[in-house]
Amino acid sequence: MELVKYLKSADLKSWLQELARENRVFAPRNEGDSVIFAPFDPEQEIAIVHPATLPPKKTVFPQSEKLVDFTYSKDPENLSRIMIDGKEVLPEGTAVVFGGRPCDVRGFTMFDRVYLAEKSTDIYYQARRENTTFITLACEKPETTCFCHWVDSGPTDATGSDVLATVVDGGYVLEALSDKGSKLLTSTLLENGESRKDEARKAHEKAAELLQDAPDLSGAPKKVLQVFDTMEFWEEAAAKCLSCGACAYLCPSCYCFNITDETIGMKGTRIRSWDNCMSAQFTMEASGHNPRPTKAHRLRNRVGHKFSYYPDIHDGVISCCGCGRCIKSCPVGTDIREIVLQAIEYEPAVGEEQADEQ
Amino acid sequence: MKFQEELKDSIRKALPDLDVVLGWCGSFDPLHATPHFIRREEDIDKLEISPLSVHNLATYLPGLRGKKVGIVVKGCDSRSVVELLQENLINREDITIFGFPCTGVVDQAKIKKALGHAGNVRTCDISDSAIVIQTEDKAHSLTLTQMLADKCRTCRYPDAIISDYFVGDKIGEPAPLETDYAALEAFESLSVPERFGYWLKELDRCIRCYACRSACPLCVCRDHCAAESRDPHWLSQENNVRDKVMFQVIHAYHMAGRCTECGECQRACPVDIPVLMLKQKMNREIRDIFQYEAGVDPEATPPLLSFNMEEENITEKEW
Ligand code: SF4
Ligand code: SF4
Ligand code: SF4
Ligand code: SF4
Ligand code: SF4
Repeated sequence: MELVKYLKSADLKSWLQELARENRVFAPRNEGDSVIFAPFDPEQEIAIVHPATLPPKKTVFPQSEKLVDFTYSKDPENLSRIMIDGKEVLPEGTAVVFGGRPCDVRGFTMFDRVYLAEKSTDIYYQARRENTTFITLACEKPETTCFCHWVDSGPTDATGSDVLATVVDGGYVLEALSDKGSKLLTSTLLENGESRKDEARKAHEKAAELLQDAPDLSGAPKKVLQVFDTMEFWEEAAAKCLSCGACAYLCPSCYCFNITDETIGMKGTRIRSWDNCMSAQFTMEASGHNPRPTKAHRLRNRVGHKFSYYPDIHDGVISCCGCGRCIKSCPVGTDIREIVLQAIEYEPAVGEEQADEQ
Repeated sequence: MKFQEELKDSIRKALPDLDVVLGWCGSFDPLHATPHFIRREEDIDKLEISPLSVHNLATYLPGLRGKKVGIVVKGCDSRSVVELLQENLINREDITIFGFPCTGVVDQAKIKKALGHAGNVRTCDISDSAIVIQTEDKAHSLTLTQMLADKCRTCRYPDAIISDYFVGDKIGEPAPLETDYAALEAFESLSVPERFGYWLKELDRCIRCYACRSACPLCVCRDHCAAESRDPHWLSQENNVRDKVMFQVIHAYHMAGRCTECGECQRACPVDIPVLMLKQKMNREIRDIFQYEAGVDPEATPPLLSFNMEEENITEKEW
């Protein structure tokens, strides 16, 4: 059943234009000095030479989305009685995301375990996830901040993707990985790719060779939990953190949200928008009490959630896909790799122990 | 840098009386530095001062109130410290300031543009005039003055305005490489629809992470920012550009006459939105109306924190 096609670079835009007839197509493009995923526009260059500044997270998990439209009305018989009429707004249509990287798309598999769980399914997420097809671009070489191979993945890992595209001389080898993916590969612009498959294999091997050794993170869930109560550890780790939300919003696997009602007069919408655990508001309780009062508590949660609490309940899967955006784009260069390694190596200071014994 | 060892000696001398000294050290690749919190003697060795020391460490001071803090400052950083003192947001006796003659820091966005891509930097050597960057396939030699942050190209205060320790020889007032506000003035010559269109386009990609706010040394509301307040609900949480513009307007207004144009807001933005220009606009108006410049005189009162019955340059009553 394996379907392999070849697309000439020169035909890429025409192909995406074809796909755009029936789907909303997203592709990375330059905006200012950044590269972001935006609705495909044949007039603009597709920026796929390097990983995008922002992952394609919003294609399935929008920065904000409508959940319910509602209207208040007054009972004419009894004006103090207010009635509310609400209507669920479900996402419609299909989408194709071209040019995400393996880490970007694998991030959604970490959403899936939470939002597509049997016990409770998030219907908004489900609608988009099921109707979105990912054509992922295999990476040719890792960047300094890339560490996908530390977290059980790699530059050509196609987990979560529907088509894996590999750059070869003159174009792309496209391998379908799901039925959804196969359905996309029917265009007459595509040639049979069997004869180019070896080239793609070689490119994958080359990318793997460029990776540096990865440390063993199998002990991370336990070790990160062990330092949970060692506040000095987290205070030092978070000292330079500004407690903004850039790291979480750039993260392909951060899935937290907030729900607010945006009302004007008698009409309103209930929306859900991105939220992040680095924000002080994230755990603010109605009483005014905040169980995570400092940035040390918040960074502990961010690292802990990804490298300990999530793997603990999800078969050991670390909920970090190793894209390195939080490192590269953090205004102060907070390095999550460093924090996890420090937690793994952490030993209570000898002085402290001796003091206890005396 | 030549005076780096001297600086380390000063820090070594002062450290026993301090809880922490803020400086910079190497980061995830040779092209970046990161804030360095010196708590112990052995941390001092890692201190590195170079044109990569971009972060304005004054941002940490209000959060460390109550502690004895040492801080290494560039000239512009010292203006933030002065402004914080002017506004009583930090206590002078708790702060020990280490100054040095600053010859400028780089703008990482300019370097990224010059290299085409900055994701695979192997080495980075900086001399007085050039930055030589080795990427995986090529050596790039960049002219340092062209890679400097805009603020450095117009800098008038390269030596810390206040300091307890100063290492190296003071530079005095250098000849600026550009005139103040040249880019702002060019922008202002555009029509209103053009200017508004520009902001709508630029801010459309804002992800509302608020790094611009969190990196600002003078955004001191911290966990109580109007942007995220639910009650009152000043801003909608919708992903619409109107609210994104609104937040930038709020930030610029809150900074008017306080902002020292350190540029941290813009540097921090992960999607490179040029938000500094909005603050420059406010500041230039303040300069013209009140002949005031923020963060240069610890004794001065910022104009919008004071009140005169009759303002010299504001005509309220036309009759
Ligand atoms: S780690 Fe960096 S990006 Fe994340 S909240 Fe802290 S300062 Fe912001
Ligand atoms: S790290 Fe924080 S923002 Fe990201 S998914 Fe976990 S709790 Fe949410
Ligand atoms: S503005 Fe002046 S003091 Fe600040 S970094 Fe540039 S040259 Fe140094
Ligand atoms: S508004 Fe921007 S330039 Fe002004 S003080 Fe704050 S961070 Fe610096
Ligand atoms: S840092 Fe940039 S993306 Fe983040 S809120 Fe500010 S302008 Fe928007």
